[in-house]
Amino acid sequence: MTAAPDTVARIGSGFRLQWEPAQSCFVLLYPEGMVRLNQSAGEILRRCDGQRDAAAIVADLEAAFSTSGLEGDVLAFLDMAHRQRWLDWARTP
Amino acid sequence: MTATAPPGPPLWLLAELTYRCPLHCVFCFNPLDFAAHADELSTADWLRVLREGRALGAVQLGLSGGEPLLRDDLETIVAEARRLGFYSNLLTSGVGLTPARARALRAAGLDHVQLSFQDSTREMNDFLSHTKTFDLKSRVARLIKDEGWPMVMNVVLHRLNIDHVDRIIGMAHELGAEYLELANTQYYSWAHLNRAHLLPTHEQLRRAEECAERWRERVGDRMRILFVAPDYHEGTAKRCVNGWGSTLLNVAPDGVALPCHTARMLPGAAFPNVRDASLRDIWFESEGFQRYRGTGWMKEPCASCEHKERDLGGCRCQAWLLAHDARAADPVCRLSPHHALVTAAVARAGTDAAVEHPLVFRDASNSNRLSRSAAPG
Repeated sequence: MTAAPDTVARIGSGFRLQWEPAQSCFVLLYPEGMVRLNQSAGEILRRCDGQRDAAAIVADLEAAFSTSGLEGDVLAFLDMAHRQRWLDWARTP
Repeated sequence: MTATAPPGPPLWLLAELTYRCPLHCVFCFNPLDFAAHADELSTADWLRVLREGRALGAVQLGLSGGEPLLRDDLETIVAEARRLGFYSNLLTSGVGLTPARARALRAAGLDHVQLSFQDSTREMNDFLSHTKTFDLKSRVARLIKDEGWPMVMNVVLHRLNIDHVDRIIGMAHELGAEYLELANTQYYSWAHLNRAHLLPTHEQLRRAEECAERWRERVGDRMRILFVAPDYHEGTAKRCVNGWGSTLLNVAPDGVALPCHTARMLPGAAFPNVRDASLRDIWFESEGFQRYRGTGWMKEPCASCEHKERDLGGCRCQAWLLAHDARAADPVCRLSPHHALVTAAVARAGTDAAVEHPLVFRDASNSNRLSRSAAPG
Protein backbone atom coordinates (compact mmCIF):
# COMPACT_ATOMS: atom_id res chain seq x y z
CA MET A 1 0.00 0.00 0.00
CA THR A 2 1.55 3.30 -1.03
CA ALA A 3 1.69 6.32 1.22
CA ALA A 4 -1.01 9.02 0.89
CA PRO A 5 -1.48 12.36 2.70
CA ASP A 6 -3.61 10.71 5.39
CA THR A 7 -1.24 7.79 6.03
CA VAL A 8 -0.03 7.59 9.62
CA ALA A 9 3.36 5.99 10.04
CA ARG A 10 5.44 4.90 13.01
CA ILE A 11 8.95 3.48 13.36
CA GLY A 12 8.89 -0.21 12.42
CA SER A 13 8.90 -2.92 15.03
CA GLY A 14 12.45 -3.89 15.98
CA PHE A 15 13.84 -0.54 14.78
CA ARG A 16 14.89 2.38 16.93
CA LEU A 17 15.57 5.94 15.81
CA GLN A 18 17.99 8.01 17.81
CA TRP A 19 20.34 10.97 17.58
CA GLU A 20 24.01 10.00 17.81
CA PRO A 21 26.24 12.85 19.00
CA ALA A 22 29.39 10.88 18.07
CA GLN A 23 28.22 10.72 14.45
CA SER A 24 26.27 14.02 14.37
CA CYS A 25 23.28 12.39 12.72
CA PHE A 26 20.14 10.39 13.32
CA VAL A 27 20.61 6.66 13.02
CA LEU A 28 18.11 3.86 12.68
CA LEU A 29 19.11 0.83 14.71
CA TYR A 30 17.95 -2.73 14.09
CA PRO A 31 19.22 -6.20 15.00
CA GLU A 32 23.00 -6.04 14.66
CA GLY A 33 22.82 -3.16 12.21
CA MET A 34 22.55 0.58 11.76
CA VAL A 35 21.45 2.96 9.01
CA ARG A 36 23.07 6.39 9.12
CA LEU A 37 20.46 8.90 8.02
CA ASN A 38 21.03 12.10 6.10
CA GLN A 39 19.39 15.22 7.43
CA SER A 40 16.16 15.05 5.47
CA ALA A 41 15.61 11.36 6.21
CA GLY A 42 16.21 12.02 9.90
CA GLU A 43 13.84 14.99 9.94
CA ILE A 44 11.06 12.96 8.31
CA LEU A 45 11.51 9.84 10.44
CA ARG A 46 11.63 11.73 13.74
CA ARG A 47 8.15 13.02 12.94
CA CYS A 48 6.73 9.54 12.25
CA ASP A 49 5.22 9.17 15.72
CA GLY A 50 2.17 7.07 14.93
CA GLN A 51 -0.06 10.12 15.56
CA ARG A 52 0.46 12.68 12.81
CA ASP A 53 -0.49 11.86 9.24
CA ALA A 54 1.78 12.51 6.27
CA ALA A 55 0.04 15.79 5.43
CA ALA A 56 0.74 17.13 8.94
CA ILE A 57 4.38 16.04 8.67
CA VAL A 58 4.72 17.81 5.31
CA ALA A 59 3.22 21.00 6.76
CA ASP A 60 5.51 20.82 9.78
CA LEU A 61 8.62 20.32 7.63
CA GLU A 62 7.66 23.12 5.24
CA ALA A 63 7.21 25.46 8.21
CA ALA A 64 10.43 24.34 9.94
CA PHE A 65 12.55 24.78 6.82
CA SER A 66 10.64 27.73 5.30
CA THR A 67 9.93 25.94 2.08
CA SER A 68 7.03 24.41 0.14
CA GLY A 69 6.21 21.63 -2.28
CA LEU A 70 7.70 18.81 -0.17
CA GLU A 71 4.73 16.45 -0.39
CA GLY A 72 5.96 14.37 -3.33
CA ASP A 73 9.41 13.81 -1.83
CA VAL A 74 8.03 12.99 1.61
CA LEU A 75 5.51 10.46 0.29
CA ALA A 76 8.17 8.82 -1.88
CA PHE A 77 10.47 8.58 1.13
CA LEU A 78 7.70 7.07 3.28
CA ASP A 79 7.12 4.43 0.62
CA MET A 80 10.79 3.57 0.44
CA ALA A 81 11.08 3.45 4.24
CA HIS A 82 8.03 1.20 4.44
CA ARG A 83 9.52 -1.21 1.92
CA GLN A 84 12.69 -1.32 4.06
CA ARG A 85 10.51 -2.01 7.16
CA TRP A 86 11.84 1.18 8.75
CA LEU A 87 8.20 2.27 9.03
CA ASP A 88 4.94 0.51 9.80
CA TRP A 89 1.63 2.00 8.78
CA ALA A 90 -0.27 2.82 11.97
CA ARG A 91 -3.32 3.85 9.96
CA THR A 92 -3.91 3.84 6.26
CA PRO A 93 -6.68 5.51 4.27
CA MET B 1 53.96 1.14 10.45
CA THR B 2 52.81 3.99 8.27
CA ALA B 3 50.50 6.54 9.75
CA THR B 4 46.82 6.04 9.05
CA ALA B 5 43.82 8.25 9.62
CA PRO B 6 42.51 8.04 13.20
CA PRO B 7 39.81 5.39 13.45
CA GLY B 8 36.14 6.23 13.90
CA PRO B 9 34.24 5.04 16.95
CA PRO B 10 33.95 1.34 17.83
CA LEU B 11 30.33 1.22 16.68
CA TRP B 12 29.89 -2.41 17.70
CA LEU B 13 30.76 -3.44 21.24
CA LEU B 14 30.72 -7.20 21.72
CA ALA B 15 30.54 -8.25 25.37
CA GLU B 16 31.40 -11.92 25.78
CA LEU B 17 29.96 -12.22 29.25
CA THR B 18 31.11 -15.75 30.01
CA TYR B 19 32.83 -18.74 28.44
CA ARG B 20 30.53 -21.03 30.42
CA CYS B 21 28.07 -22.83 28.18
CA PRO B 22 25.69 -25.77 28.50
CA LEU B 23 26.46 -26.77 24.88
CA HIS B 24 29.53 -28.38 23.39
CA CYS B 25 29.50 -27.17 19.79
CA VAL B 26 32.30 -28.57 17.67
CA PHE B 27 32.48 -25.32 15.62
CA CYS B 28 32.67 -22.95 18.61
CA PHE B 29 34.78 -19.82 18.04
CA ASN B 30 35.74 -19.45 21.69
CA PRO B 31 39.46 -20.06 22.24
CA LEU B 32 40.61 -23.65 22.67
CA ASP B 33 42.03 -22.72 26.08
CA PHE B 34 38.85 -20.94 27.25
CA ALA B 35 38.90 -22.93 30.50
CA ALA B 36 42.14 -21.13 31.45
CA HIS B 37 40.34 -17.75 31.32
CA ALA B 38 37.57 -18.38 33.83
CA ASP B 39 38.14 -15.23 35.92
CA GLU B 40 35.05 -13.30 34.81
CA LEU B 41 34.56 -9.55 35.04
CA SER B 42 32.26 -8.37 37.82
CA THR B 43 28.95 -6.63 37.23
CA ALA B 44 30.53 -3.28 38.12
CA ASP B 45 33.30 -3.87 35.57
CA TRP B 46 30.78 -4.58 32.82
CA LEU B 47 28.72 -1.50 33.65
CA ARG B 48 31.88 0.61 33.41
CA VAL B 49 32.77 -1.02 30.07
CA LEU B 50 29.31 -0.10 28.75
CA ARG B 51 29.60 3.50 29.90
CA GLU B 52 33.08 3.90 28.42
CA GLY B 53 32.03 2.23 25.17
CA ARG B 54 28.97 4.42 24.78
CA ALA B 55 31.05 7.53 25.48
CA LEU B 56 33.33 6.47 22.61
CA GLY B 57 30.31 6.27 20.29
CA ALA B 58 29.50 2.55 20.43
CA VAL B 59 25.86 2.02 19.54
CA GLN B 60 25.32 -1.69 18.96
CA LEU B 61 25.90 -3.99 21.92
CA GLY B 62 26.24 -7.75 21.47
CA LEU B 63 25.77 -9.86 24.58
CA SER B 64 27.39 -13.13 23.81
CA GLY B 65 29.48 -15.91 25.29
CA GLY B 66 29.50 -18.92 25.93
CA GLU B 67 25.88 -18.71 26.96
CA PRO B 68 25.16 -15.20 28.27
CA LEU B 69 22.00 -16.37 30.08
CA LEU B 70 24.31 -18.07 32.58
CA ARG B 71 25.20 -14.61 33.96
CA ASP B 72 22.57 -13.86 36.59
CA ASP B 73 23.34 -10.13 36.29
CA LEU B 74 22.29 -10.09 32.62
CA GLU B 75 19.16 -8.04 33.40
CA THR B 76 21.28 -5.43 35.23
CA ILE B 77 23.67 -5.18 32.29
CA VAL B 78 20.79 -4.89 29.79
CA ALA B 79 19.11 -2.16 31.86
CA GLU B 80 22.28 -0.08 31.91
CA ALA B 81 22.73 -0.62 28.17
CA ARG B 82 19.20 0.66 27.55
CA ARG B 83 19.71 3.65 29.79
CA LEU B 84 22.87 4.56 27.89
CA GLY B 85 21.19 4.28 24.47
CA PHE B 86 22.68 1.03 23.18
CA TYR B 87 20.72 -1.21 20.85
CA SER B 88 21.18 -4.50 22.69
CA ASN B 89 21.38 -7.89 21.01
CA LEU B 90 21.33 -11.11 23.01
CA LEU B 91 23.05 -13.96 21.15
CA THR B 92 21.79 -17.15 22.75
CA SER B 93 20.98 -20.80 22.25
CA GLY B 94 17.80 -20.16 24.22
CA VAL B 95 18.80 -22.73 26.84
CA GLY B 96 17.77 -21.13 30.12
CA LEU B 97 15.35 -18.58 28.68
CA THR B 98 12.27 -19.04 30.87
CA PRO B 99 9.11 -16.91 30.54
CA ALA B 100 10.06 -15.02 33.72
CA ARG B 101 13.56 -14.32 32.42
CA ALA B 102 12.23 -13.19 29.04
CA ARG B 103 9.80 -10.78 30.74
CA ALA B 104 12.56 -9.40 32.95
CA LEU B 105 14.89 -8.88 29.99
CA ARG B 106 12.13 -7.17 28.02
CA ALA B 107 11.36 -4.92 30.97
CA ALA B 108 15.08 -4.10 31.25
CA GLY B 109 14.96 -2.93 27.62
CA LEU B 110 16.54 -5.75 25.61
CA ASP B 111 16.01 -4.93 21.93
CA HIS B 112 16.68 -8.21 20.16
CA VAL B 113 17.26 -11.90 20.71
CA GLN B 114 19.15 -13.89 18.13
CA LEU B 115 18.29 -17.54 18.62
CA SER B 116 20.82 -20.05 17.40
CA PHE B 117 20.15 -23.67 16.69
CA GLN B 118 22.43 -25.59 18.99
CA ASP B 119 24.98 -27.88 17.51
CA SER B 120 23.37 -30.93 16.06
CA THR B 121 26.36 -33.18 15.61
CA ARG B 122 25.90 -35.05 18.88
CA GLU B 123 22.23 -35.72 18.46
CA MET B 124 21.70 -35.55 14.73
CA ASN B 125 18.72 -37.87 14.75
CA ASP B 126 16.97 -35.90 17.42
CA PHE B 127 17.71 -32.70 15.57
CA LEU B 128 16.44 -34.02 12.26
CA SER B 129 13.38 -35.68 13.69
CA HIS B 130 12.19 -32.35 15.15
CA THR B 131 11.81 -33.73 18.65
CA LYS B 132 13.77 -32.20 21.51
CA THR B 133 15.45 -29.46 19.53
CA PHE B 134 12.25 -28.40 17.89
CA ASP B 135 10.38 -28.38 21.19
CA LEU B 136 12.99 -26.18 22.85
CA LYS B 137 13.22 -23.82 19.90
CA SER B 138 9.48 -23.49 19.46
CA ARG B 139 9.07 -22.77 23.17
CA VAL B 140 11.75 -20.06 23.00
CA ALA B 141 10.47 -18.74 19.67
CA ARG B 142 7.04 -18.28 21.26
CA LEU B 143 8.60 -16.37 24.17
CA ILE B 144 10.43 -14.11 21.70
CA LYS B 145 7.20 -13.38 19.81
CA ASP B 146 5.24 -12.84 23.03
CA GLU B 147 7.73 -10.21 24.14
CA GLY B 148 7.50 -8.44 20.77
CA TRP B 149 11.13 -8.99 19.80
CA PRO B 150 12.05 -9.44 16.15
CA MET B 151 12.54 -13.13 15.48
CA VAL B 152 16.05 -13.73 14.17
CA MET B 153 17.47 -17.24 13.88
CA ASN B 154 21.00 -18.31 13.19
CA VAL B 155 22.20 -21.72 12.05
CA VAL B 156 25.84 -22.62 11.59
CA LEU B 157 26.24 -24.86 8.55
CA HIS B 158 28.86 -27.54 8.10
CA ARG B 159 29.28 -30.82 6.28
CA LEU B 160 27.28 -32.79 8.84
CA ASN B 161 24.12 -30.68 8.57
CA ILE B 162 24.32 -28.80 5.27
CA ASP B 163 22.50 -31.53 3.33
CA HIS B 164 19.52 -30.97 5.62
CA VAL B 165 19.28 -27.26 4.94
CA ASP B 166 15.81 -27.66 3.41
CA ARG B 167 14.49 -29.09 6.67
CA ILE B 168 16.39 -26.49 8.69
CA ILE B 169 14.84 -23.62 6.72
CA GLY B 170 11.46 -25.32 7.04
CA MET B 171 11.85 -25.42 10.84
CA ALA B 172 12.78 -21.74 10.96
CA HIS B 173 9.75 -20.89 8.81
CA GLU B 174 7.46 -22.97 11.01
CA LEU B 175 8.85 -21.20 14.09
CA GLY B 176 7.94 -17.84 12.56
CA ALA B 177 11.46 -16.49 11.99
CA GLU B 178 11.53 -13.12 10.25
CA TYR B 179 15.26 -13.34 9.54
CA LEU B 180 17.25 -16.51 9.08
CA GLU B 181 21.01 -16.40 8.92
CA LEU B 182 22.58 -19.51 7.40
CA ALA B 183 26.19 -19.00 8.39
CA ASN B 184 28.78 -21.35 7.01
CA THR B 185 31.32 -22.32 9.63
CA GLN B 186 34.39 -20.12 9.87
CA TYR B 187 37.41 -22.27 10.55
CA TYR B 188 39.02 -20.91 13.70
CA SER B 189 39.38 -22.38 17.18
CA TRP B 190 37.24 -25.50 17.67
CA ALA B 191 36.02 -25.44 14.08
CA HIS B 192 39.61 -25.41 12.85
CA LEU B 193 40.43 -28.34 15.13
CA ASN B 194 37.46 -30.22 13.66
CA ARG B 195 37.84 -28.91 10.12
CA ALA B 196 38.30 -32.32 8.51
CA HIS B 197 34.82 -33.27 9.72
CA LEU B 198 33.11 -29.98 9.06
CA LEU B 199 34.32 -28.58 5.75
CA PRO B 200 31.63 -29.13 3.10
CA THR B 201 32.28 -29.98 -0.52
CA HIS B 202 31.68 -27.53 -3.37
CA GLU B 203 28.73 -29.67 -4.47
CA GLN B 204 27.10 -29.59 -1.03
CA LEU B 205 27.44 -25.83 -0.92
CA ARG B 206 25.96 -25.39 -4.37
CA ARG B 207 22.93 -27.50 -3.48
CA ALA B 208 22.45 -25.64 -0.19
CA GLU B 209 22.54 -22.26 -1.91
CA GLU B 210 20.04 -23.41 -4.51
CA CYS B 211 17.79 -24.64 -1.74
CA ALA B 212 18.00 -21.30 0.08
CA GLU B 213 17.14 -19.55 -3.19
CA ARG B 214 14.03 -21.75 -3.70
CA TRP B 215 12.86 -20.85 -0.19
CA ARG B 216 13.46 -17.16 -0.89
CA GLU B 217 11.19 -17.36 -3.90
CA ARG B 218 8.57 -19.21 -1.90
CA VAL B 219 8.41 -17.10 1.25
CA GLY B 220 9.51 -13.72 -0.12
CA ASP B 221 9.71 -10.98 2.49
CA ARG B 222 7.99 -13.00 5.21
CA MET B 223 11.34 -14.56 6.09
CA ARG B 224 14.54 -12.96 4.88
CA ILE B 225 17.24 -15.58 4.35
CA LEU B 226 20.87 -14.58 4.51
CA PHE B 227 23.34 -17.17 3.23
CA VAL B 228 26.87 -16.43 4.41
CA ALA B 229 29.21 -18.17 1.97
CA PRO B 230 32.37 -19.78 3.32
CA ASP B 231 35.56 -18.04 2.28
CA TYR B 232 37.45 -21.34 1.84
CA HIS B 233 35.40 -22.06 -1.27
CA GLU B 234 35.38 -18.61 -2.82
CA GLY B 235 39.04 -17.79 -3.41
CA THR B 236 38.63 -14.24 -2.13
CA ALA B 237 39.43 -12.87 1.29
CA LYS B 238 36.87 -11.00 3.38
CA ARG B 239 37.57 -8.09 5.66
CA CYS B 240 38.16 -9.20 9.20
CA VAL B 241 35.31 -7.70 11.26
CA ASN B 242 35.04 -4.83 8.76
CA GLY B 243 38.70 -3.98 9.31
CA TRP B 244 40.96 -4.53 12.31
CA GLY B 245 40.26 -1.93 14.98
CA SER B 246 37.79 -0.11 12.72
CA THR B 247 34.32 -1.06 13.98
CA LEU B 248 34.35 -3.88 16.53
CA LEU B 249 35.60 -3.85 20.08
CA ASN B 250 35.30 -7.26 21.71
CA VAL B 251 35.65 -7.71 25.45
CA ALA B 252 36.27 -11.30 26.53
CA PRO B 253 34.87 -12.72 29.78
CA ASP B 254 38.11 -12.06 31.67
CA GLY B 255 38.33 -8.45 30.45
CA VAL B 256 40.79 -8.88 27.60
CA ALA B 257 39.91 -6.42 24.84
CA LEU B 258 40.23 -7.82 21.32
CA PRO B 259 39.82 -6.41 17.79
CA CYS B 260 37.99 -9.63 16.87
CA HIS B 261 36.65 -12.49 18.93
CA THR B 262 39.39 -14.92 17.89
CA ALA B 263 42.38 -12.53 17.93
CA ARG B 264 43.55 -13.86 21.27
CA MET B 265 45.24 -16.78 19.46
CA LEU B 266 47.63 -14.46 17.60
CA PRO B 267 51.32 -14.22 18.49
CA GLY B 268 52.82 -11.03 19.88
CA ALA B 269 52.24 -8.97 22.98
CA ALA B 270 49.16 -9.71 25.07
CA PHE B 271 46.07 -7.64 24.29
CA PRO B 272 45.08 -5.02 26.86
CA ASN B 273 42.62 -5.73 29.66
CA VAL B 274 39.73 -3.45 30.62
CA ARG B 275 40.73 -3.96 34.26
CA ASP B 276 43.94 -2.01 33.58
CA ALA B 277 43.05 0.51 30.88
CA SER B 278 40.14 2.62 29.70
CA LEU B 279 38.34 1.66 26.52
CA ARG B 280 39.46 4.96 25.03
CA ASP B 281 43.13 4.16 25.59
CA ILE B 282 42.60 0.61 24.35
CA TRP B 283 40.85 1.74 21.16
CA PHE B 284 43.11 4.66 20.21
CA GLU B 285 46.45 3.98 21.86
CA SER B 286 47.06 0.26 22.46
CA GLU B 287 49.56 -1.56 20.29
CA GLY B 288 47.16 -4.49 19.96
CA PHE B 289 44.41 -2.45 18.28
CA GLN B 290 46.87 -0.66 16.00
CA ARG B 291 48.80 -3.78 14.99
CA TYR B 292 46.88 -4.58 11.79
CA ARG B 293 44.82 -1.42 11.43
CA GLY B 294 44.71 0.00 7.91
CA THR B 295 47.21 -1.26 5.31
CA GLY B 296 50.64 -0.11 6.55
CA TRP B 297 51.47 -3.46 8.21
CA MET B 298 51.04 -5.47 5.01
CA LYS B 299 53.65 -7.45 3.17
CA GLU B 300 53.52 -8.78 -0.38
CA PRO B 301 51.38 -9.79 -2.18
CA CYS B 302 48.94 -7.58 -0.23
CA ALA B 303 51.07 -4.43 -0.03
CA SER B 304 50.90 -3.78 -3.78
CA CYS B 305 47.54 -5.46 -4.43
CA GLU B 306 44.74 -3.53 -6.11
CA HIS B 307 42.21 -5.15 -3.71
CA LYS B 308 43.99 -4.24 -0.49
CA GLU B 309 41.54 -1.50 0.51
CA ARG B 310 38.59 -3.78 -0.17
CA ASP B 311 39.63 -6.82 1.86
CA LEU B 312 42.35 -5.25 4.07
CA GLY B 313 44.36 -8.45 3.69
CA GLY B 314 41.58 -10.67 5.06
CA CYS B 315 41.65 -12.52 8.32
CA ARG B 316 44.77 -12.35 10.52
CA CYS B 317 43.80 -15.46 12.47
CA GLN B 318 43.43 -17.48 9.28
CA ALA B 319 46.87 -16.26 8.13
CA TRP B 320 48.33 -17.36 11.45
CA LEU B 321 46.55 -20.72 11.54
CA LEU B 322 47.35 -21.70 7.95
CA ALA B 323 50.50 -19.80 6.95
CA HIS B 324 51.93 -19.49 10.50
CA ASP B 325 52.51 -15.81 9.78
CA ALA B 326 49.98 -13.30 11.10
CA ARG B 327 51.10 -10.68 8.55
CA ALA B 328 50.71 -12.96 5.55
CA ALA B 329 47.89 -12.62 3.02
CA ASP B 330 44.82 -14.54 4.13
CA PRO B 331 45.42 -17.97 2.53
CA VAL B 332 41.81 -18.18 1.32
CA CYS B 333 42.78 -15.55 -1.27
CA ARG B 334 43.84 -17.12 -4.56
CA LEU B 335 46.71 -14.62 -4.72
CA SER B 336 48.19 -15.93 -1.47
CA PRO B 337 51.34 -18.09 -1.84
CA HIS B 338 49.69 -20.42 0.71
CA HIS B 339 46.40 -20.77 -1.15
CA ALA B 340 47.15 -24.39 -2.10
CA LEU B 341 46.63 -25.33 1.59
CA VAL B 342 43.03 -24.16 1.29
CA THR B 343 42.24 -25.76 -2.06
CA ALA B 344 43.75 -29.02 -0.81
CA ALA B 345 41.55 -28.95 2.31
CA VAL B 346 38.45 -28.33 0.20
CA ALA B 347 39.45 -31.09 -2.23
CA ARG B 348 39.84 -33.53 0.70
CA ALA B 349 36.43 -32.61 2.13
CA GLY B 350 34.10 -35.55 2.17
CA THR B 351 36.75 -38.14 1.41
CA ASP B 352 37.73 -40.88 3.86
CA ALA B 353 41.19 -39.37 4.07
CA ALA B 354 39.68 -36.24 5.56
CA VAL B 355 39.09 -37.50 9.09
CA GLU B 356 42.26 -37.59 11.15
CA HIS B 357 40.71 -37.84 14.61
CA PRO B 358 37.23 -38.05 16.11
CA LEU B 359 35.21 -34.85 16.58
CA VAL B 360 36.48 -32.87 19.56
CA PHE B 361 33.62 -31.34 21.55
CA ARG B 362 34.03 -27.94 23.13
CA ASP B 363 34.09 -28.60 26.85
CA ALA B 364 36.29 -27.78 29.82
CA SER B 365 38.17 -31.08 29.93
CA ASN B 366 39.12 -30.90 26.25
CA SER B 367 40.03 -27.25 26.72
CA ASN B 368 42.34 -28.07 29.63
CA ARG B 369 43.94 -30.90 27.67
CA LEU B 370 44.51 -28.64 24.67
CA SER B 371 45.95 -25.83 26.79
CA ARG B 372 48.51 -28.25 28.22
CA SER B 373 49.60 -29.69 24.90
CA ALA B 374 50.88 -27.46 22.14
CA ALA B 375 47.45 -27.22 20.62
CA PRO B 376 46.85 -27.14 16.89
CA GLY B 377 45.46 -23.72 16.17
